[in-house]
Amino acid sequence: MIYLDNSATTMPFDSVIEAVAANMRKNSGNASSLHKVGIEAEKVVKAAKQTILAALKAEGDIFFTSGATESSNTVLFGVPKTYRHNGKRMVTTSFEHPSVENPLRELEKAGYEVVRVKPPRRGESRDFEQQIIDAVDENTLLVSVMWVNNETGFVTDTAKIYKAVKRRNPKTIIHVDAVQGFCKLPVKSLAADFISLSAHKIHGPKGVGALYRAPGARFEPLLYGGGQQAGLRSGTEPVDIIAGFAEAVRSYPDCGEKYETLNDRLINRLSELDDVIINSYGNAKNILNFSVRGVRSEIMLHFLEEREIYVSSGSACSRGKTSGVLAQFGVSDKDADCAIRASFSPFTADSDIDSLVQGISDGIKRFRR
Amino acid sequence: MQEVIMAKYGEIALKGLNKNTFEDLLVRNIKRRLVKCGEFHITRNQSTIYISPENDDADIEKAIEWVRKVFGVAAVQRAAVLPKDFDEIVKQGVPYLEEALSTAKTFKVDAKRSDKRFTLKTPDIQRELGAAILEAYPHLTVDVHEPDVTVLCEIRDSNAYLNAERIIGVGGIPVGSSGTALILLSGGIDSPVAAYMMAKRGIGVDAIHFQSPPYTSERALMKVEELCGELVPYCGDIRFYIVPFTEIQEALRDHCPEEYFTVIMRRLMIKITNRICAAHDYKAIITGESVGQVASQTIMALGCTDKAAEYPVFRPVIGMDKKEITEIARKIGTFETSIQPYEDCCTVFTPKHPRTKPVLSEVEAAEARFDFAPLIEKAIAGIEIKDFKL
Repeated sequence: MIYLDNSATTMPFDSVIEAVAANMRKNSGNASSLHKVGIEAEKVVKAAKQTILAALKAEGDIFFTSGATESSNTVLFGVPKTYRHNGKRMVTTSFEHPSVENPLRELEKAGYEVVRVKPPRRGESRDFEQQIIDAVDENTLLVSVMWVNNETGFVTDTAKIYKAVKRRNPKTIIHVDAVQGFCKLPVKSLAADFISLSAHKIHGPKGVGALYRAPGARFEPLLYGGGQQAGLRSGTEPVDIIAGFAEAVRSYPDCGEKYETLNDRLINRLSELDDVIINSYGNAKNILNFSVRGVRSEIMLHFLEEREIYVSSGSACSRGKTSGVLAQFGVSDKDADCAIRASFSPFTADSDIDSLVQGISDGIKRFRR
Repeated sequence: MQEVIMAKYGEIALKGLNKNTFEDLLVRNIKRRLVKCGEFHITRNQSTIYISPENDDADIEKAIEWVRKVFGVAAVQRAAVLPKDFDEIVKQGVPYLEEALSTAKTFKVDAKRSDKRFTLKTPDIQRELGAAILEAYPHLTVDVHEPDVTVLCEIRDSNAYLNAERIIGVGGIPVGSSGTALILLSGGIDSPVAAYMMAKRGIGVDAIHFQSPPYTSERALMKVEELCGELVPYCGDIRFYIVPFTEIQEALRDHCPEEYFTVIMRRLMIKITNRICAAHDYKAIITGESVGQVASQTIMALGCTDKAAEYPVFRPVIGMDKKEITEIARKIGTFETSIQPYEDCCTVFTPKHPRTKPVLSEVEAAEARFDFAPLIEKAIAGIEIKDFKL
């Protein structure tokens, strides 16, 4: 199997499977219990928080959630409740993941003004980050920006936005959906008051995510209950998969150069084929989106699947639907209909890229008319 | 207290000399479903099937749920079995009604007296029993026009039966009484409804599906299999034929004029279905077509498709709107499955401008541009069969 759909989800590291199993066997207490079993579980949770903070090279708090969707919802609904006198304006991008875009639509219905900044087109010299910064006024409550776009890999310098926005309006809270970049990109371009993270995108277990909070930032909880995690995220901590999450963070190797090589190789090999265009630019090198003109992506996907090569058409979350996000990056509807996303992992080899390109080449011969 | 499920026949009560055959079949169809619900004893008398639990493990609720979906059953009642003595009916029966009556505000009593030897006459039973109920449940008032609950007391040959709950069955006639047919099941909303409607007329239904990987996904097939499973409670066992259709569709695309794609594709599907009908003794073909819904379902296109058929083609939803079809799909529980967004083979290579008024001679000429016979043989040889059982 050649799995090149690591932006949809990843296969857990062996060390993660072992960490989860070992924790379930030996240390699956309730972190809120007063007795020793509970204390041991609490230690696991605390250590996991430190692991994630260290990977972010940040100080602050970590809250464990059910996943990045919950993390982002917590921020988008919980921050306006706390800072309701800071204004009604929110600034974001036009290419957010649905777990950010759809909560924002709900907030729009509730009377908030949402400004969506479009990305620069390929080759355009426009300073995208500056446009986001310029959109912030004294009435801006929240800025929510995706670090790495899940469909094209487009990277936004959130550190630049963070610094400038805080100068412009110190009251504005900045949230970053860092799901696709975490452990894959150097954190120097990542800074925020709140950061959403997910374990299953970095070879950890599904069903657990994290919310980073910078010192001093506040929010009202989304869930009310037993008051776990400082009363801000009630519900017994899933200590086993939290242990797995931390193990994934520890195990994820530095793949910067590797992804660069794979990305270049794929672009080069695809350039040998007629009418294949690259949709990604300014991208994290672990994600490459391209269109095989004349072959609908779903057909190509199933054709490659017969060879046990797995890629994505658009975003797997919105299976079957044409991506509106690609249009934001200047991809025509016709090309979006033929778009394929390959996303790499630490296991991806050069030969996998070659097999993919061979598959696409054969697919073109069979399907292109 | 002894309880019984009474399943009342609809249409077959009106049958003449072959009524017995229908009844036997209905009892057999019910028995097969009851196997899942525990041990029951079945008797029939006076156009009613009496289903009595043999022990406490028999799940009456579950049995009712299965029995109401058996074609031929017009209504299902859960009733107390009482001696034919009015004092006993009141003494045992009135407390039995507590669950049904405690949440109601109004009620009425209906009575049926098929045993004319019973001392009280029908109006007397209604009046006396009504009075006893009012006394036991003083929060109630009588409303003979629109009561919340209708209590039914039946004095039959063997016993008296008292109940307050009548569930409408699916009606129709028992599956198996009208032969078997093959439904072309695409995965859309219409074809499961078509299968349901023909099963309602007693036809045993098996299904055929055309799949075109990699143009269609594994999920599209999984969806159709799920639909088969959802039809089984109504239709009984379903044999499911999966026809590999990719090569035929590719040949069609490569050799035939685009505007005829759909109609020729439908004809080729019918031709393959003919062969399976002949091999396995199906007497008809069923489709979920409805006039005017898509280009292949115009009156002219349907005519062209029909000419390829060697068996009667039943189209039970032919005159129905999408809304009417959807209502039935929701009622039988296939709607949510049908609307999952996976491409089926019908939409692969959809022409931009299909001919809505194809002429048979032109279609036949277009189809003759390629010799499909070898590919049809190959497709038939590649058929995979799956059985969905009750």
